[in-house]
Amino acid sequence: MSASAIHLKALQSATVCPWGKWSLRAIAVLYLSLILLLPLAAMLQHGFSNGLAAFLNDVTNPLAWGALKLTLTAAIAMTVINTLMGTLTAYVLVRYEFFGRRLLNSIIDLPFAIPTLVAGVMLVVLYGPQRTLGAWLEAHGVQVIFATPGIVMALLFVTYPFVIRTVQPVLMEIDRTEEEAAWTLGASEWKTFLHIILPAIRPAMMTGALLCFARALGEFGSIVIVAGNIPGRTLTAPVYIFGQIESQNQHGASAVSLLLLVLSFALMFAVDWLQRRKGVTHVAA
Amino acid sequence: MSQLETTIPAATDFMPHSRSARPGKLAWLLIAVVVLYAAFLLGGPLVAVIGGAFASGAGALWRELTSAAALNALWLTLLMAVAATVINTLFGLCIAWVLARDKFKGKSFINSIVDLPFAVSPVIAGFMLILLFGRNGWFASWLEAANLKIVFALPGMLLATIFVSLPFVVREIVPVLIHLGEEQEHAAYTLGASYWQTFWHITLPNIQWGLLYGVTLTFARALGEFGAVLVVSGSVSRLTETATLFIFRSLDDRNEVGANAMALVLALISFSILLAMEYYKKHTRRIG
Repeated sequence: MSASAIHLKALQSATVCPWGKWSLRAIAVLYLSLILLLPLAAMLQHGFSNGLAAFLNDVTNPLAWGALKLTLTAAIAMTVINTLMGTLTAYVLVRYEFFGRRLLNSIIDLPFAIPTLVAGVMLVVLYGPQRTLGAWLEAHGVQVIFATPGIVMALLFVTYPFVIRTVQPVLMEIDRTEEEAAWTLGASEWKTFLHIILPAIRPAMMTGALLCFARALGEFGSIVIVAGNIPGRTLTAPVYIFGQIESQNQHGASAVSLLLLVLSFALMFAVDWLQRRKGVTHVAA
Repeated sequence: MSQLETTIPAATDFMPHSRSARPGKLAWLLIAVVVLYAAFLLGGPLVAVIGGAFASGAGALWRELTSAAALNALWLTLLMAVAATVINTLFGLCIAWVLARDKFKGKSFINSIVDLPFAVSPVIAGFMLILLFGRNGWFASWLEAANLKIVFALPGMLLATIFVSLPFVVREIVPVLIHLGEEQEHAAYTLGASYWQTFWHITLPNIQWGLLYGVTLTFARALGEFGAVLVVSGSVSRLTETATLFIFRSLDDRNEVGANAMALVLALISFSILLAMEYYKKHTRRIG
């Protein structure tokens, strides 16, 4: 610690009244406890109150299990597509000048601003079976709405910005001289990307992918509109939970909720760990 | 590496490989793929919802939007979003200050707790409130004695909205406060300024664009919240119907024009929010 820093410390303790500091700290802790921790505690208590056997029974009931499997499959499919397309989008936005680049860059945040329910309504209007595009697709054997592709599409829409916004800042900071060196040595653009750029952006891609995935596990608004919620076929875990709450089966709801919560917490910790390790800039979801 | 060496170009090839010459056919292909993908993913649905809202003509659209239920829903949504934003901005500033300036045991725990709403599905957030304030909830008997109704009423919907939109102000302000440093604030303290004076005259002007960004994100999230509010509202009466709940019920009632009209209104609001955020971003870049 430098001398000036020590000096500042001394000044701070001498001039700032400790009561202000203490009360701010108390307000922050109290607010977070009441708004976030208390509800979480109620959830944990309720989830475990019936014992482990009942919990396992609720989670492995065929409908719940099917809903969890569908949620995971759709989330994985979406994450793969979005990681690829998001990285490509970030690369194009950072590296190339073209007409409409700034418009594209601002429109990417649209899914963060638009309510997910509205996203679902939009997709139904576009691909619904009564619509021209939807009817045409159906005639060619492709069902989007009330089927798995619709769920993946809704998730793609809702999580589009995550990978782009985590990869973009890292791409901008890459030292261009390394790439230029690779080019002058005759490496193709693809080779340069693979050996110079990809290693640098890999942690950011991972972070973005995990954020997408975590977001997809809990998505409700767009899916409840798009999926049709056919039990065992297009019923995802959050929609299943909603159904159980509505039909007064609170234990069925809390068992699946607990499982989803544990998964999302694990993912958030993974993101946190990745960011701390590599110093990837944090993107607010 | 050995492969690279075998393809080293002759020295005379050196110039054409400079950066400007590179974006050739491949670059245009990549740009085309990205633009088409974005148009397909974001543009298509956006255009579709405009078409859907006007499908039965502008008159029908206007009638749906000016119906008592729609106006009531819009008004309630605005009220909820403003209330949640004000509360989360005040407490968010406090939490952000504590995270950026204070040092104490357990701070890192608080720091990770703030992100909790990002990890929790909105449905689960609403469910948690039911477990607290619902019929068999922790506070059920206490609420009954006091004759208070939280779940299936407006207070529960407000709590749900506050829950899901809590992290935004904190997450936007903390990095700005850390980046800003403490020197100016300490200078103010040594000159005899109080906490409040220092905050009002020194800290706030410095963080205003970041704060506006966080407030806007909070507002956008609060405005569009659906899952948590749906669970908590119990969709009992039209008096407790927000704009998103209105859309959901309209779809249930097969009133597609109504649903599309309200969806269009929310989309337009989101669009203006996006424009506002772009504007703030420019400002923060100019300052920071």
